[in-house]
Amino acid sequence: MKTKMATVNQPHASKDGKGIMMGRKAYTDDLAPADALILKVLRSPHAFAKIKSIDTKNALKIPGVECVLTHKDFKRNAHTRAGQGYPEPSPHDKFPIDEYVRYIGDEVAVVAAIDEKTAIKAIAAITVDYDVFTPVTDFEKAKNNQTLVHPEDGIYEMFPIGFDPKKNLAAGYHMEVADVEKTLKESDVVVEESFYTQAQAHVMLEPHTVNAQIDYNDRLVIHSATQTPFHVRRIISQVLEVPLSKIRVIKPRVGGGFGGKQAIHGEILAAKITLLTGKATKMVYTRKEVFEATYTRHPMRLDLKIGATKDGKITAIDCYGLSDTGAYGEHALTVFMVTGSKVLPLYNKVDAVRFHGDVVYTNRTPAGAYRGYGAIQGNFALESIIDMLAAKLNMDPIKLRQKNMIAEGETSPIFEIMGEGTEGTAMYMETCKLDYCLTRGLKLSQWYHTYPRKVHGDKVRAQGMAIAMQGSGIPYIDMGAATIKLNDDGFYNLMVGATDIGQGSDTILAQIAAEGLKTDLENVAVYSSDSDLTPFDAGAYASSTTYVSGNAVYKAAKEMEKMLLKEAARVLKVDIDAIDFDGETFKSKDDEITLKDLSNQLYYNDEQKQLTATASYVGHKSPPPFMAGIIAIEVDKATGEFEVLDYTSVVDCGVPINPNLAKGQVEGGIVQGLGMAAYELADRTKNGKLIQADLLNYKIPTTMEIKTLTTEFAASYEESGPYGAKSVGEIGIDTPPAALANAIYNAVGVRITSLPITPEKILSAIKEKENMQ
Amino acid sequence: MVTFELNGQIKSFHIDQGEFLIDTLRRHHVVSPRRGCDTTSCGVCTVLIDDQPMPSCALLTARVNDKKVTTVEGIADFAAELSAYFGKEGADQCGFCNPGIALSVYAMAQTEENIDDDTIRHYLVGHLCRCSGYVSQTKAIKAFLEGRK
Repeated sequence: MKTKMATVNQPHASKDGKGIMMGRKAYTDDLAPADALILKVLRSPHAFAKIKSIDTKNALKIPGVECVLTHKDFKRNAHTRAGQGYPEPSPHDKFPIDEYVRYIGDEVAVVAAIDEKTAIKAIAAITVDYDVFTPVTDFEKAKNNQTLVHPEDGIYEMFPIGFDPKKNLAAGYHMEVADVEKTLKESDVVVEESFYTQAQAHVMLEPHTVNAQIDYNDRLVIHSATQTPFHVRRIISQVLEVPLSKIRVIKPRVGGGFGGKQAIHGEILAAKITLLTGKATKMVYTRKEVFEATYTRHPMRLDLKIGATKDGKITAIDCYGLSDTGAYGEHALTVFMVTGSKVLPLYNKVDAVRFHGDVVYTNRTPAGAYRGYGAIQGNFALESIIDMLAAKLNMDPIKLRQKNMIAEGETSPIFEIMGEGTEGTAMYMETCKLDYCLTRGLKLSQWYHTYPRKVHGDKVRAQGMAIAMQGSGIPYIDMGAATIKLNDDGFYNLMVGATDIGQGSDTILAQIAAEGLKTDLENVAVYSSDSDLTPFDAGAYASSTTYVSGNAVYKAAKEMEKMLLKEAARVLKVDIDAIDFDGETFKSKDDEITLKDLSNQLYYNDEQKQLTATASYVGHKSPPPFMAGIIAIEVDKATGEFEVLDYTSVVDCGVPINPNLAKGQVEGGIVQGLGMAAYELADRTKNGKLIQADLLNYKIPTTMEIKTLTTEFAASYEESGPYGAKSVGEIGIDTPPAALANAIYNAVGVRITSLPITPEKILSAIKEKENMQ
Repeated sequence: MVTFELNGQIKSFHIDQGEFLIDTLRRHHVVSPRRGCDTTSCGVCTVLIDDQPMPSCALLTARVNDKKVTTVEGIADFAAELSAYFGKEGADQCGFCNPGIALSVYAMAQTEENIDDDTIRHYLVGHLCRCSGYVSQTKAIKAFLEGRK
């Protein structure tokens, strides 16, 4: 039911913005004890090697060095750092520190010292003798390669995911609806192309940071810049064999994540040394370590075939994917499956569809979760080939999309077949305003005013577009929970496991609570993500917070309202139905009591009790947000250089709980997607060393690249969401790569099929085209 | 021993040889300058040295002897006011870059006369933000400066 809302769908400022702007202590590094031992990791200089011997004697002699740990000091507990629901759909193929090093940056030893200078000195004093192997650096040659990235025993899958380390396979997948090859053969037109995407880095501004200490009750307390505090606790318990009951994980303010902090990184080492020494520890990754030794996006090659009738009905889509998970298989299967499951249903009217492929191990920095999570790779390929098909059909690419794309009330067999690591969930699109998003986007961008191009000498203006879908959490797997506590004076605490990593979830969840309790936002004090004090939540990933955690908050607020009415009815001596509650006062026909007085009575005077409502929610479906994205560019034909003039986004995310923060999610996603589309290089040497391993060389968009963004939301109300909302955290990132590739084609007639789309690639394609003519 | 004016007060610090200003400040509980890159590329460690924005991660503490060092703690009212405009525009996200931005906006407001979008973009180019997409920040800063006229 749509009703006018007082707090939801209002552009409230973030609850925490002021303190953050004023530089108050908030982040993990700010909260570390002053006497914490500083941890530094000796990292592998080789892409693949086995440690023959390691000598730490000289390091230990340095005054101020507390300890040096190597693989010999850890029990060989295979685990996955992925930070997913349990049992994880990622192979357990990682040891805390191993005798093998599998990429440049892999852990060799960890030093704890009184300060950073001493720790660095100790790292330099460790001598290691390696047996160096030829690494697998080309992911297209990884499958069945002579070199095995994981030759060791003791690694395993939790359930069948296609894990076959003796073939360098971390995971594999195959699904087919009807007979794709036959349908393609019978199609009037078939287009075929291979697309390549790169290992984009997250570049959250706060590097990975953790501190650990033992509290006065002998419990291990970990502050971590994480997206998944409850998964962190579970994984530490498993790896270090410490009971869960002895571990408390607190997520302070986090300086961005984008998926890069879904997995655990330094937490195990900090926990181990704190448990060993009884002393506080702190580990802050250098930016080089963030680049080399955390995660990247999975680079992929996607081989697409698409068939259609002469009049533009898409008949079949066939996608073979090869994904590079690097040295460890975190998110190997699930990212790969999303490449199909959150992309292919965009064109749900096909007669046949196939999605299959391999996720291979290589000796490079592991890939992991990253905003978009496979969908951006799939979207680049599919939305590029749609424009290629339109060109071959001599048809307007907009009309081709409108004829074939998914619409409200429809479904796709893929929803039921493909989940994340498991089977999916059948669902119909109760809200899908994609058609509006597209039409409105064309109008806002004045598409047909420019289409296909406007030429002024060497300068060509053009636009390109793509449509996208994402999800709202992982149905039947990831749960969110919320507790609302009534305090004296009638204010509330909202305690959520949901993890605010800067996206503003504390604010929007408080808005949902305030709406449900008809109170002001200021009357709700939020605490998120303390494994001892807040209820469970899977964490900030898979576009789950608004929809899943938001539904939990909605239910908790309704539950609290019921409790309040019951107490007010008792005091006013009337039936619950006879009370009108406006958020401040309970009124019966003859009497009234304020929430303030009622709560004070409940604390101190009469039938004293604490009112606390806890609710949890697990999705029964994952209603996708949709969007249309249109980029306007100006290309210089002589140099291949281009400028982004504007990016128009029209998004259906149901009711945005906070239109300003939702816009921030979309625009931040667009610019991060533009980074992947146009600027962010992640090259490696033949030996597997990352060339752009600092922010001088790895270029993300700055204020100079981004001048205008035009962002709007479609009117939409998702019945199953809290106050009509769907999630919005990832959808923004999906369209820029394909939209840019299509814009370049519209401008200069060349098709770039590998990311990033650099001036060099554009210019050489122009030259090649000229030479062929 | 190094002596400099920190947020309006003359302070003296014992420092190690080769110590960077960010470490001196953080060790003495001034935590708004944060470490983001180590290559002076990201802007989150920004401080004002004699009112000019500088990255404190590459500035030797010894170099600021007798100088005036300002962190966002020293322009608290200005930062609080700016944050209200960030709030109105929805420009707040993780906030790791915000104190540095506040200092550059402060320096810009002291230095420049006719501030337009290009001036703002120029002052913000050294402040990487991976969350916002920049446009909301630029709009918030513009509205803030208008509001101060």
